[in-house]
Amino acid sequence: MASESVRLRTGGAVARRQLASRASRYLFLGATVLGVSILVFLAYDTIDSGASRLSLDFLTNYPSRFAEKAGLRPAMFGTFWLMLITLFSSIPIAIGTAIWIEEFAPRNRLLTIVKVNLANLAGVPSIIYGILGLTIFVRFSGMDRSLLAGGFTLALMIIPMTVIASQEAIRQVPPSLRDGALALGATRWQAVRHNVLPNAIPGIMTGTILAISRAIGETAALLMIGGFTFIRFDPGPNLADFADPAGFWAGLQESFTIIPIQIYAWSIDSRREFQANASAAIIVLMTGVMALNLLAAVIRERFRRG
Amino acid sequence: MRELMAELRKGVTTPRPERPRSTLTSDATAAESVQSEDPIRQPPEDTVFRLRDVGLWYGAKHAISDISLDIPVNRVTALIGPSGCGKSSLLRCLNRMNDLIPSARVEGTVEYHGADIYAKNVDPVEVRRRIGMVFQKPNPFPKSIQDNVVFGAKVNGIEGNSREIAERALKQAALWDEVKNDLKMSGLELSGGQQQRLCIARALAVQPDVILMDEPCSALDPIATLKIEDLIRELVREYTIIIVTHNMQQAARVSDYTAFLLAQEHGLNGTLIEYGPTNEIFTQPREQRTEDYITGRFG
Repeated sequence: MASESVRLRTGGAVARRQLASRASRYLFLGATVLGVSILVFLAYDTIDSGASRLSLDFLTNYPSRFAEKAGLRPAMFGTFWLMLITLFSSIPIAIGTAIWIEEFAPRNRLLTIVKVNLANLAGVPSIIYGILGLTIFVRFSGMDRSLLAGGFTLALMIIPMTVIASQEAIRQVPPSLRDGALALGATRWQAVRHNVLPNAIPGIMTGTILAISRAIGETAALLMIGGFTFIRFDPGPNLADFADPAGFWAGLQESFTIIPIQIYAWSIDSRREFQANASAAIIVLMTGVMALNLLAAVIRERFRRG
Repeated sequence: MRELMAELRKGVTTPRPERPRSTLTSDATAAESVQSEDPIRQPPEDTVFRLRDVGLWYGAKHAISDISLDIPVNRVTALIGPSGCGKSSLLRCLNRMNDLIPSARVEGTVEYHGADIYAKNVDPVEVRRRIGMVFQKPNPFPKSIQDNVVFGAKVNGIEGNSREIAERALKQAALWDEVKNDLKMSGLELSGGQQQRLCIARALAVQPDVILMDEPCSALDPIATLKIEDLIRELVREYTIIIVTHNMQQAARVSDYTAFLLAQEHGLNGTLIEYGPTNEIFTQPREQRTEDYITGRFG
C-alpha cells in the first residue's frame, strides 16, 4: 500500500519552461548592463576629460581665446534666466490646459482634436519650435534675439509634454474624491480646487521638473533664436534691477548664451584645448539636471507619504 | 411569513418609533385597497419626492423605466432588488449625480417638495446641498477629520465656527466620542465603520433635508453595520432617508417603506414591481416576483 512518492523536482516540460524563464531573465539583465555601461563609459570619459578644467575660475570667467581662461559665467546666467522665463510662461498655461481638458471640457469632437494634437506637438522636433520662435517672437514681435524670445520659445516646446504629464496626474485622483465633493454641493471648481488639485500637485510638479530638465539642455532651438556663442557680459537683469521693474524688463531683453550653446561652441572649436572646456561644461550641466531629477523624486516621496 | 419577519427583525437595538398605522387598519380604506390590489401603494404621509414615469438612459442602454412613486417625509424608504436592476441609478437620479455621466439622460419628472429638480433653471449644486449622499465605499477626503466634516459646510458658505460645526455633526453621526480627541488625525486612518460614519457626519454638516444612502453598509463588518442601522433609525426623526440595499434583512430591519425593483431580464430596463409599507411587503407581498425575491428563490 506504499503510495508513489510525489515527484516535485523539476523535470521534462516544467524544466524547459524554467529554462526559458531563467534565460529571459539573463537576457533582460544583459540589456540593462549594456545600457548602463554605455552611460557609465560616457560619464567616465567626460569626467576624465573635463575634471581638470573644473574650478571656481571656470565658473566665474567669461569666454576667452585662451582655453585655460575661458569660463562658463555668462552661460550660467543665461541658462538661469532662460529657465525662469520658461517656467513662468509655460506652467500656468500647461496646468490650466490640463485642468480644462480633464475637468471642465465637454466630451465632444473638439476635445478629441485638442488631445490628439497635443500628443503630436509633444513629438515635434525642437528645431521646428526654434523656427517658430524665430518667426513669431524674434522677428514678428520685435523681441529680437533676447532671453524673452528664447524663454517663450522653450515654453512652447515644453507645454505639450507638461500638459500630458499634468493630465495623468489629475486622472490619478480617484473619482470617489471628486464625487464625494460634488455630492456635498460643491461646484465643479470647488471640487477641483480643494479635492483634485491638492492630490494632483505631486504628479504635476514631477512632470514640470522633468520638462524643465528637457528644456535645460535644448540647443538647436536656441541657436535658431540666436543664442550667441561668445559674449563677455552677464545676460539678464542684475541685482540692482530687482528693485527697478523697467531695468528688470530691459534685462530680460538682453541677448544671451546658455550652457548647451557654450558646449557646442567649444566642441566644434578646432583648437584641441577647448575640448576639455566642453567636457567640464557638460559635467556642470549634468550635475544640474541630476539635481533637478533628484528634487522631483524627493517631492514625489514626500507627497506619497503625506 | 410572520415568523420570517420576526427573524429578520432580530438585532434591532433601537425600538422602532411610533408611526401612524398603515391604511389597512382603517375599515373604509381597507375595503378600497383590497379592491385595488395595486402592487404600488403610495404612502399617505406628506411626501418629499414625487417621481412620475422616471426613466434613465445610459447612451443607448435603457437602465430604468416608468418609475412612479412618492417618498414620504421623515421615513426610511428602502430600494431593494437584485444586482443590476437600477436601484443605485434611481437613487442617483434624485440628487442629479447622474449629470456627471455624459451619456446619461433622465426622462419623466422628479419633484422635490413640488419643484422639478430637472427643470431648466435649477442649479444642481443647490439640489445636492439639500439632498445629501453617502456612498457604498466610504470615501473620506485625505484631510483631517475636522476638515472632512466641515468641507461641505465651508464650500456652501455656511457660517460658523469649524469646531462647533464638526462637533455637532459628529455627535449626530454617533462618532464624536470616538474621535473627539483626534480631530486633527487624517480621516483615512479610521476604521471602515468609522469612516462611513465620518461620511455621514460630513453629509449632515451641510444641513440637508434628505439623505440618500447607496448600500452604505455593504463594505462594512456586521457590528459596524448594526451601528449604522441604529444611526439611521435615530437620524430619521429629523431627516428623510432613502437607502439602497441588496440585503433584505437590512431593509426589513431599518425601513418604513420598501420599493422592489426588478429588471425582467439581465441587461433590460429595471421597473418598479411593488412598493408599500415594509411590513406588508415582507409579510404579504402582492406580486409573486416580490415573494420569490424575498424568500430567496432568486437574486
